[in-house]
Amino acid sequence: MWQVTEEDLISISIGAGILGTGGGGNPYIGMLRARETIRQFGPVKVLSTDDLKETDKIVCVGGIGAPTVGIEKVRGKQSYDALVALEDHLDVKATALISNEIGGSNSLEPLIPAAISGLPVVDADGMGRAFPEFQMKTFFVYGVPYAPMAIADEKGNVAIIPKALTSKWVERIARSITIQMGSVACYALAPMTATQVRDTAVKNSLTLSKRLGESVRNANKTKSDPINAMLKVNPGKVLYQGKISSLQRKTTQGFARGEVTVDGSGDFMGTVMTIEFQNENLIARIEDEVVCVVPDLISIVDSERGEPITTELLRYGFRVTVLGFPAPDLWTTVEGLQVVGPSCFGYEVDYTPLDLT
Amino acid sequence: MRIGIDVGGTNTDSVLIEGTRIVKKSKTTTTEDITSGVRNSLIEILPSSVKDLGLDAVMIGTTHFTNALLQRNKLAKTASLRLCLPATQMLPPMVDWPEDIKASVKGYTYLVDGGFEFDGREISTLNDSQIRKAAHDMASNGVEALAISGIFSSVDSSQEQTAAQIIREETPHIRISMSHEIGRVGVLERENATILNACLSTTSESVVGAFREAVDGLGLGSTLFLTQNDGTLMDADFATKYPVYSISSGPTNSMRGAAFLTGIQNAIVADIGGTSTDVGILRNGFPRESTVAVEVGGVRTNFRMPDVLSIALGGGSIVTTSPIVIGPESVGLQLTERSLLFGGSIMTATDIAAAAGLVDIGDKSLLSNISKVDVDKALKMMNYMTEEVIDRLKFSSDDIPVILVGGGHFLIGNKLKGASEILRPENGEIANAIGAAIAQIGGQSESIYSLTEMSREEAVSTATDEAVKRAVSAGADPKTVIVVELEEIPLTYLPSNAIRVRVKVVGNIPDIS
Repeated sequence: MWQVTEEDLISISIGAGILGTGGGGNPYIGMLRARETIRQFGPVKVLSTDDLKETDKIVCVGGIGAPTVGIEKVRGKQSYDALVALEDHLDVKATALISNEIGGSNSLEPLIPAAISGLPVVDADGMGRAFPEFQMKTFFVYGVPYAPMAIADEKGNVAIIPKALTSKWVERIARSITIQMGSVACYALAPMTATQVRDTAVKNSLTLSKRLGESVRNANKTKSDPINAMLKVNPGKVLYQGKISSLQRKTTQGFARGEVTVDGSGDFMGTVMTIEFQNENLIARIEDEVVCVVPDLISIVDSERGEPITTELLRYGFRVTVLGFPAPDLWTTVEGLQVVGPSCFGYEVDYTPLDLT
Repeated sequence: MRIGIDVGGTNTDSVLIEGTRIVKKSKTTTTEDITSGVRNSLIEILPSSVKDLGLDAVMIGTTHFTNALLQRNKLAKTASLRLCLPATQMLPPMVDWPEDIKASVKGYTYLVDGGFEFDGREISTLNDSQIRKAAHDMASNGVEALAISGIFSSVDSSQEQTAAQIIREETPHIRISMSHEIGRVGVLERENATILNACLSTTSESVVGAFREAVDGLGLGSTLFLTQNDGTLMDADFATKYPVYSISSGPTNSMRGAAFLTGIQNAIVADIGGTSTDVGILRNGFPRESTVAVEVGGVRTNFRMPDVLSIALGGGSIVTTSPIVIGPESVGLQLTERSLLFGGSIMTATDIAAAAGLVDIGDKSLLSNISKVDVDKALKMMNYMTEEVIDRLKFSSDDIPVILVGGGHFLIGNKLKGASEILRPENGEIANAIGAAIAQIGGQSESIYSLTEMSREEAVSTATDEAVKRAVSAGADPKTVIVVELEEIPLTYLPSNAIRVRVKVVGNIPDIS
């Protein structure tokens, strides 16, 4: 067990940005929100999945909406409002909170209602990275109920989805509600048991994001290579290095889709990498060859400082390093790939695990 | 012919340039009233008759506003009004500001109803009486300047304009900056930049006015430009309203000037002025721009700016002994009155350098009370401060050339950790003025395009053509115009896809190319 202090928030937000693979919202905003809440209510306890008791009721909370909107209409305590609405609806009290996705600002989201309500958070999440859609959680792949769900906006509106046929239906309905709420909202999900969390969550991910962030910060402090430092904490590989030469974006069906082109430098001189994203980076090709594909992680970081660059902050001219990390094991099973494999995003390629050599 | 002027905290430098040839240069002292200093500086470089000079433009770069922020000096008592409720209240204005600058601008913050959704719906309607109440509160607190920031004002600026109108009705004397004119999407950073602009707005009127008086007074009759942080020019009227755009133009000018003078395209440039030292990296002749949010005086903004670190070390930095402390206070433009060398009573970094024989100015006999031990310690400290900042900018352990420019270059020795060589180019003390004189003309366009009627490529090229047209009509040579920034932002979730395209181009003034 450890405690998240104000100081840890910076490291977690950097690490969460790397694991966010371009999506998950701006971690800086999430960091400030968690900081303001912790300053007001005190530090938050983190429980390992081994610390959980069978009587625990663990509620997953998160933000939903468009990252581009989230840096302008910044969130408040909507996830606390959603938690309270869910507790009232079910007449139960949560005993711990868990992140739906460790990538991006959602990694810090549970800390806000946790600080306000005095509840601990669990060192685990439902993705081990970031994904664009609600149903893409390890929890649901392995049988955890996805309803009821409570959604709250900043204006005081709350919606409950008591029942839905599939997690995909929850996603569709929740996203429509979110667009009406102004594309930024927070939700709370039906409570899980300790066994459900142990069996279906990606474990130790809050600790991993903290350590990743610390490795980047230490490398910058000591003038050593932040890319190497990250790869030591979380094994993966450098997929590409170069300069962003073109950027194409469109927002369709509620998602920021697009494609970024990187002109190679150094070892990659004379070639071009294209990365397609739908909130998160999904597929990376050098020329026409796929070198990394979802659910493996594709992270774009600043070549010199190692700091993650989210898709909405990508700009022409940036010098970037593209990193690949293997997906958590829960995603590379047949069941996992049915939900987050390349075909789920419209790519007609087979998933081949990232070649780490 | 062009004139470049750099008005620093201590010195005013001027240079008359024809093509790439430096015709004449001058270095004079910045005066308290600014006008007479610029005038004195200009008189030194101008021929007796200005009639046949064929002057194209006067370009002024100034660190005035940067220094005001760094020193928290003469900042207006500023308020921030955010049109947002009930959204965004967890992170109020200035939530991420350092306490000292927050305190020095007083930082009254008001959150009121308002703001837009991304798709143009109102989050809530403006509440007239809330804004009037805030205005009364500002008036009773003696607020001088106000930043108005509305959520998604980039999509619809009408609420910011209405709120400004209401405030003007109640308190006509408050200077107003509106966020939709300053920055882009990202409320905290845009709001921060708007507040910085507001807190500089009282000084900008007097400073730009003083520049104009000096130039007009000499009958130059040519266009007056100020340089912006991206190395391009803005005219004087624009500069009065948007002083924040001049932030970091000093470092940009000195780096561009250093590249021009040395012919070296990749190096660290340290510009040592009277009050501060700015250190940045030249890459292919241009300052490397920061890829992350840029802090100005410790405040995060989303400007595209050169990646520059500033430290409070300059020729006028006040030195105290036992223990040795250098800065952050500086005697600034009173160097020739208050420093020991000139019969004053305050020990400055320049006194230390003169005592060590690194520079020959003033009356050295007045330095007899400074011990050799203190001189050595102070010099070591100044080198160390510079090495530290060079090291923070570098991203590899490889040594790199270091170009020392600016009037205070003599403060730094000939050996620096991390430097492969140290260059002090001739005319380096006026690198800033040279950089201003070779500044380029920019053009920008920003518009919304529906992709049902055109392709993305057509939208981008339409926007680019418009930006090029603006740059050319502002005096840029069409052959030299290049795109330096291109941004596309998806606007809505509507099925008819729309994007906002923002393009920025720069080109040279014809006689330079």
